[in-house]
Amino acid sequence: MTRADPRPTSRRVPVRAGGFSRLLDLRLLAVCAGALVVGVVAIALSVSVGEFPIPLGDVAATLVGSGTFSDEFIIVGLRLPRALVGLGCGMALGVSGLIFQTLVRNPLAAPDIIGVTGGASLTGVAILILGAPPALLPLGAFAGAVASATLVYALAWRGGLSPYRLVLIGIAVAAVSVAGTQYLLVIGDLIDVQRAAVWLVGSLNGVTWAEFWPLFVGLVLLFPATAALARALDALSLSEESATALGVRVQRSRLGLVVVGAALAAFAVAAAGPIGFVAFIAPHLARRLTGLTGAAVLPATALVGGVLVMVCDLVARLVLAPVELPVGVVTAVVGAPFFLYLLHRANRPVRGG
Amino acid sequence: MSLRAHDLTLGYGGTPVVADLSLELPPGAVTAIVGANACGKSTLLRGLIRLLAPSSGAVLLDGTELARLGTREVARRLGLLPQSPSAPEGLTVEDLVARGRYPHQSWLQQFSRDDQHHIDWALEVTDTAALRRRSLDALSGGQRQRAWIAMALAQDTETLLLDEPTTFLDMAHQVEVLDLLADLNREQGRTIVMVLHDLNQACRYADHIVAMHQGRIHAQGPPSEVVDAEMVRTVFGLDVRVVPDPEEHTPMCVPAKRRRRRLDAPEQQPTVT
Repeated sequence: MTRADPRPTSRRVPVRAGGFSRLLDLRLLAVCAGALVVGVVAIALSVSVGEFPIPLGDVAATLVGSGTFSDEFIIVGLRLPRALVGLGCGMALGVSGLIFQTLVRNPLAAPDIIGVTGGASLTGVAILILGAPPALLPLGAFAGAVASATLVYALAWRGGLSPYRLVLIGIAVAAVSVAGTQYLLVIGDLIDVQRAAVWLVGSLNGVTWAEFWPLFVGLVLLFPATAALARALDALSLSEESATALGVRVQRSRLGLVVVGAALAAFAVAAAGPIGFVAFIAPHLARRLTGLTGAAVLPATALVGGVLVMVCDLVARLVLAPVELPVGVVTAVVGAPFFLYLLHRANRPVRGG
Repeated sequence: MSLRAHDLTLGYGGTPVVADLSLELPPGAVTAIVGANACGKSTLLRGLIRLLAPSSGAVLLDGTELARLGTREVARRLGLLPQSPSAPEGLTVEDLVARGRYPHQSWLQQFSRDDQHHIDWALEVTDTAALRRRSLDALSGGQRQRAWIAMALAQDTETLLLDEPTTFLDMAHQVEVLDLLADLNREQGRTIVMVLHDLNQACRYADHIVAMHQGRIHAQGPPSEVVDAEMVRTVFGLDVRVVPDPEEHTPMCVPAKRRRRRLDAPEQQPTVT
């Protein structure tokens, strides 16, 4: 049985210069360019619209330094960091999602499986409920994410890392984290609990440059690391045997990829709370748009993820204005049906005999 | 190019599956490793290509222990087709084959002229060039197996190890795959080492047969010298008559005439209620 190939062919052009060579996929290039354009438009809109609308002309004037004082305060002080944190979180989550989906060879995987979200939620909520200074929230969430990921990795390690064990241990650790988080929500003060609930959905409300800079540094460090590991990721997506036969140091590469993937998600959660479904959807959208699979989709995944969060946040701000919804509510509304659709598709037999 | 095992012991913890095995694979020849289920033939192959570290003894590639060579270095000289390889959903034939170039590439150099040449060649000789933009999921079993062989060929190794390359293929596709391997050996002098289930196929395609029994080598040599009724009885526990293959005149095993077994129903026990 064969099924019609859903992927139209795309033109590819070898690019070679001295010791450098790549096979450029023109459709991938077009998707990235398109995502960049949408991203710029989304940034422009998100600094323009809101309770005090600022016309796009004034936005441009402000960005070149000739705007009014109040425009500058609203744009540069309030709305720009929010847009950029959304962009950065989406990029980090998308890439993290792609790494984990490829590493455990499961299209439904997300960084949650390494315990990042659970750990960050637990420590984040603990800070909000137990009366620690709120300024500690990003750092605490980051620490929780890293601690939880380390715990999952350590428990899953048995003379080597098997993706299957990783998933099972991840689920177990996440369950414990959820229990702890629920407990804190039960004993907390009502006002604290409400803030915690908003943060738990993932929200860009009130983020500032203080959230942006650590995220920025994280991306600057981790994206090159991801690029360096991309080839190994492709080899590992075949099987451990094939990767070894191809000359990949399997355990070392896997560790590197898990660390990078977990750290990316941790930076995103620290900045804006655990925004759901982005890490899961962005890689799928990028694969669909480009018709490619594997590490080749990384740049498109980053851009699609960034744009996705920005657009969802725009919707979150506008749909019930002046009430601002947490962005996680919108990503969930988009993501949950998409998840069901993929499940439905995954249950259809596709393999030929 | 020589691949050799000496005093090799392999296992997964507990009783060794392969014990104190020494073996020299003839360079430039087709070697078939045969034996009953669970005789250690696949384990031996895993050991030969460093998927399994020896608990004692060593595998030597041109006289150097595999463990002392960089894994990339080994990958440029030994290729593998695993028993049931898997690929991510939606991967195209072309992209799969390109992954075979991994040990020859670096971060900067990911599609050199050399890469392109080997990918095109591998697609050509395996007759998969027309399928290059198709996704692996959409192929038939035979086409998919050829695509995987193309990947192993793109790796451009002198020696190719294959773990039951014909399993799950129908007869025509089995012959097609084995013919391809024979051509690669004869026209390009590549060393082929494969684990085969079918002894008659092994006789027909291999220059050298390694018959394994309970983790040790029972006999090895050219099929005409190794394969006889006595060997098959010990190694496979089956009575056969060995006759010349009518086409290639290699030994061919035909199971002995079947003795009827009476399938009497077990006596019924009186039931107590």
